[in-house]
Amino acid sequence: MSGLDETLLDDTEATVRVRFVVNGRKVACEVAPRETLVDCLRNELELTGTHAGCEMGACGACLVQLDGRAVHSCLMYAVQADGARIDTIEGLTESGVIADLQAEFHRRNALQCGFCTPGMLVNAHELLSQVAEPNREEIRDALSGNYCRCTGYEAIVDAIDAVAKARCEGGGAT
Amino acid sequence: MKARAFSYFRAATIEQALDAHARVGDDARFIAGGQSLVPALSLRLQAPRLLIDITHIGELRGVRREGGFLRIGALTRHCEMLSEPLIAEFAPLLHAAAPFVAHPAIRNRGTFGGSVALADPASEFPAMTLALDAEIEIAGPSGRRRVKADDFFLDLFETALQPGELITAIYVPLFKADQRFAFDELARRRGDYALVGCGMLATCAGGRIDDIRISFFSVGNTPTRVKGAEATLIGSSLDSERIAAAQAALEGDLAPPDSDEVPPAMRLHLARVLLGRLLGRLKEGA
Repeated sequence: MSGLDETLLDDTEATVRVRFVVNGRKVACEVAPRETLVDCLRNELELTGTHAGCEMGACGACLVQLDGRAVHSCLMYAVQADGARIDTIEGLTESGVIADLQAEFHRRNALQCGFCTPGMLVNAHELLSQVAEPNREEIRDALSGNYCRCTGYEAIVDAIDAVAKARCEGGGAT
Repeated sequence: MKARAFSYFRAATIEQALDAHARVGDDARFIAGGQSLVPALSLRLQAPRLLIDITHIGELRGVRREGGFLRIGALTRHCEMLSEPLIAEFAPLLHAAAPFVAHPAIRNRGTFGGSVALADPASEFPAMTLALDAEIEIAGPSGRRRVKADDFFLDLFETALQPGELITAIYVPLFKADQRFAFDELARRRGDYALVGCGMLATCAGGRIDDIRISFFSVGNTPTRVKGAEATLIGSSLDSERIAAAQAALEGDLAPPDSDEVPPAMRLHLARVLLGRLLGRLKEGA
């Protein structure tokens, strides 16, 4: 049984090498076990589109996709993600999969300061991949873990609603 | 808002996890979904020297039928309670409760075993194990054992789990054709902790209640079965008189904590309202 190496306990600040596939590229970095995934993405990998807000899973600004599912990158340590596929707002932007959502957010002023927007988009992307045409209540429910301190949410719900309808009709958002 | 430094060990088997914990003792914590543990570490409410990651242990995964039970692996994520067909069919009360657990992204990471092990009195799933008469399978230094949910929740965040033990699976009796269930909660906003929540499972015979288990959460130090209300309903056809009697019985079953935000009388009132609604739904489902 290859168990715990107790020398590990002597230096809790010692860094560990972790490997992920971030936005389609293989990367490796050295992290302290207590470094959260959001800090690793921002500080080590310089992917600053993922925002660290409350750092306790309440505000949703730090959402990324981990193996295809939206998760709070402040609620896990980078070491836990070793071997995982991570897609951040940069990767989702580059691939074009949320281009219609981004355009609609822009068109409807569904952002002001923009701090919450990456998390909103990751969440909206997951919602629309699971429910083709959610009603407004379902959209609000899905967004219940994402805080926006500027817009009052109405335009955000409008934008997601419009994109859902447009996708169902097979065209772009109007 | 950063955790104290710790070491990290990814266990491949239950034995490895238990062994690592035994060697480090109280300074070690198991981590699964981490959706409650990570904030606790960030706030330094806990500061372990070693985190033992159990999420790569295959034996803790999976949902399958085993005898008269559905065996739900401890690592089953909250989102799987919504997507797994076996849960929808054989443990529909868990399926009904799942959308109320936190927010979608939390449900993508949080685990059933973790929620039961933490035993937050405001959480949905621990309370539902009581309503379901579930059994909790535990592995520890002295071997495996199964504990009835009725004997598992002891006090505020205190359970039958001993230091160094972990939950491997939860066994839920298979849902039967003559059973009915209901679940709901009252919260200021969806995704917030409930002011009061309740789930129930009833066995019916000829339009009468043969057996019923009703469990509340957010009402005290532990998830709480309301045995006085349950007893009132046995043999009834859920007529309005008996429902009113069950609502009245809650006063003896619940002792909500003193809180400025939600005074005990208000919480008791909300519990009565919720119980009435859910029993009404149970009757409609007849």
